[in-house]
Amino acid sequence: MIGNVIGVLFDGLAYGSLLFIIAVGLSVTLGLMNFVNLAHGAFAMLGGYVCVMLMTRAGVPFLATLPIAFVAAAVAGLVLERLLYRHLYKANPLDQVLFSIGIVFMSIAIATYFFGASQQPVSLPSYLRGQVHVAGVDLGVYRIFLIVVVAVLTLALQYMLDHTRFGSQVRASVDNATAAAGLGINVNRVFALTFALGSGLAGLGGGLGIDVLGLDPTFPLKYMVYFLLVVSVGGSGTIKGPLIAALILGVFDVAGKYYVPQVGAFVIYALMVLLLIIFPAGLYGRRT
Amino acid sequence: MATASADAIRARHGAGADVALPDDRWRRLEVAFWLIPIVAFFAFPSYRVLGSQILITGLFAVSLDLVLGYAGIVSLGHAAFFGVGAYTAGLLAVHGWHEPISGLFVAAIVAAIVGYLVSFLVVRGGDLTRLMVTLGIGLMLWEVANKAAFITGGVDGLSGVTIAPILGVFAFDIRGTTAFVYSLVVVFAVFVVLRRIVHSPFGLSVRGIREGGKRMPAIGAPVAKRLRTMFTIGAAAAGIAGALIAQTTQFVGIDTLGFSRSAELLIMLVLGGAGRLYGGLVGAAVFIVAQDYLSGIDPVYWEFWIGFLLVVIVLFAHGGILGGLDALRARFARGTR
Repeated sequence: MIGNVIGVLFDGLAYGSLLFIIAVGLSVTLGLMNFVNLAHGAFAMLGGYVCVMLMTRAGVPFLATLPIAFVAAAVAGLVLERLLYRHLYKANPLDQVLFSIGIVFMSIAIATYFFGASQQPVSLPSYLRGQVHVAGVDLGVYRIFLIVVVAVLTLALQYMLDHTRFGSQVRASVDNATAAAGLGINVNRVFALTFALGSGLAGLGGGLGIDVLGLDPTFPLKYMVYFLLVVSVGGSGTIKGPLIAALILGVFDVAGKYYVPQVGAFVIYALMVLLLIIFPAGLYGRRT
Repeated sequence: MATASADAIRARHGAGADVALPDDRWRRLEVAFWLIPIVAFFAFPSYRVLGSQILITGLFAVSLDLVLGYAGIVSLGHAAFFGVGAYTAGLLAVHGWHEPISGLFVAAIVAAIVGYLVSFLVVRGGDLTRLMVTLGIGLMLWEVANKAAFITGGVDGLSGVTIAPILGVFAFDIRGTTAFVYSLVVVFAVFVVLRRIVHSPFGLSVRGIREGGKRMPAIGAPVAKRLRTMFTIGAAAAGIAGALIAQTTQFVGIDTLGFSRSAELLIMLVLGGAGRLYGGLVGAAVFIVAQDYLSGIDPVYWEFWIGFLLVVIVLFAHGGILGGLDALRARFARGTR
C-alpha cells in the first residue's frame, strides 16, 4: 500500500516535470508580453514529431533527437513570433485567443496531413526501459530520467535568469517593459529570444513526453488546459511558481486517474476552477 | 427629441462613430433579412434539414454575442449551456414528457439556473481568469456527461428522444419541413426578445460596462450584477438553442458540450461580426454552408482553412463580414457625398 502511494507520487512527479518543461515557456511569454497563447502545445507537438520522424525515418538515436527537437521548435517559434505574434501584443485578449486557436487548428490539420491521425509509436533505447527496485518500490527508469533532465534544465534556467545579462534583461522587461526599453534594453529582441527559448523548451518537452503523454495531431488541444493551468496557478514570470504548480497538478492527475478512475479528468478541471476562484489574481504577472 | 439628441451625439463624435441611442424600430434591412429564411424554405426544399441547423446555430451564436459582443466577457465554454439545454430537452422526452414547447421552456430555465450560478464565478477576475473559468466549467460538464453514461448515454449520446407533434398537429418529418418552420418561429421569437433587451436601457448600460468598466460604477451602475444578468440571459438563449437541436434531430450527442463547439461558435461569431446581433446569424449561415461544402471535399482541409480564416480575420479583417459591409457602405457614402 505504502509502496503504491510512493509509486503514484513518483509517476506524478515525472508527469508534472514534463508539464513544467513544456509550460514554462508559456509562463514567460504570458508574463513578458501578456499574450494568451493557446497554441503553445503546437510547439511541443512539433518537437514530438521531429523526434519520431528522425528516429523512425533516419535512424537517429533517441537522445540525439532531443536537441534537434529543441532547435526545430525554437526556430519555428522565432519565425512565427517575428511574422505574426508580435502584431498582437497590444491586441485585446479575445483577438489573441482567436488567433492562437486558429494556429492550433492549422497545426492539427498540418500534422494530420503529413503524419496521419494515429498515435505515433516511440521505441525508447533499452537503457531507458524497464524498472529499478529502490527501497521496496519499482520505479520506471524512464521516469527517473525525466525527473533528472527536468531538474538539470530547471537549475540551468534559474541560473540563466538570475546570473546572466540576458536573464536580467528578461526580468527587467517582465517587471516594466517601458522602463526597460527606456534604459536601452532592446525589448523586442528580448521578446523574440524568450519566445524562441520557450518554444524550444516546449519542443524538447514534446519529444521527451511521447512515451508519457502520447503524440497525435490533437495533442495541442488535449493538453492545452494543463499548460494553461500550470501557468495560471503558478503565476507568470517566475520559474518556481510554475514548477510547483506543475508538480502538484501532475501528482493530482495521476492520483485521480489511479484511485478514482470513474470520475476521470473531472478532478483536474474542478481543481482548476477552484484554484482560479481562490486566487483570481494569481494569473497576472509577478506579484510579491 | 430622442433623434435630435442622437444626432447631437453623432455630430460630436463624427459621422462614423458607433454611437446609437436605443432605437427599437425595425429597419427595412432587418425585415429583408428575415425574409431570407422564408424564401429559402420554398427555394431549397431539399436543404430544410440544413436550414434548421443554420437557424439553431445562429441563435446559439447570437446568445454568445450577448455575452461576448455586448457584455465583453470572453467565454470559451458557452457550449456548456447549449449542452445543458439539449440534455434537459432530450431527457424530458426520453422519460415520457414528449411535448416540445414546454420542453423548450424547461430547458431555458435549467440553462438559466446553471448560467446564473456560473456567472458568479465568471464575473470575478480579469479576462484571462474568465476565459479559464468558462473553459474549465465547459470541460467539467463534458466530463460529467461522459462519466454519467447511465443517465446521458455517455459518448454514444442520448437516443430514443421522441417528440410529440407540435401543438398536437405538426409531426416532425424526415424532410425537415416541420423542423425548419418550428426552428424559424422559435428562433425569431427569441431573437425579438433578445433584440428588445439589447436595445433597452439595461442593454445600453451593459455596453457601457464593456466600453468603460471603471467608469460605470461612478454613474451608479451595479457592474457585477448587470454582467451576471446578461450572462444568465445568454445562457438561457443558448439553452433554448440546445433544446431545439435535441428536439429537431431527436438525438443528443456529447459533442453538444464539447470544446470544439465553443471554439467553432466563437469563430462563427467573429466571422459574422460580434456585437451586432445579426453577426451571429450571418456567421453561422456562412460557416455551416462552407462546412457542408468543404468538409465534403476533405475534413482535414476544412480544419486548416478554418484556422487560417481565424488568423486572417484577427490580423486583417476586424469586424467580420458585417463589419466589412459597414466599412464598405461608409466609404461608398463618403464617396457619393
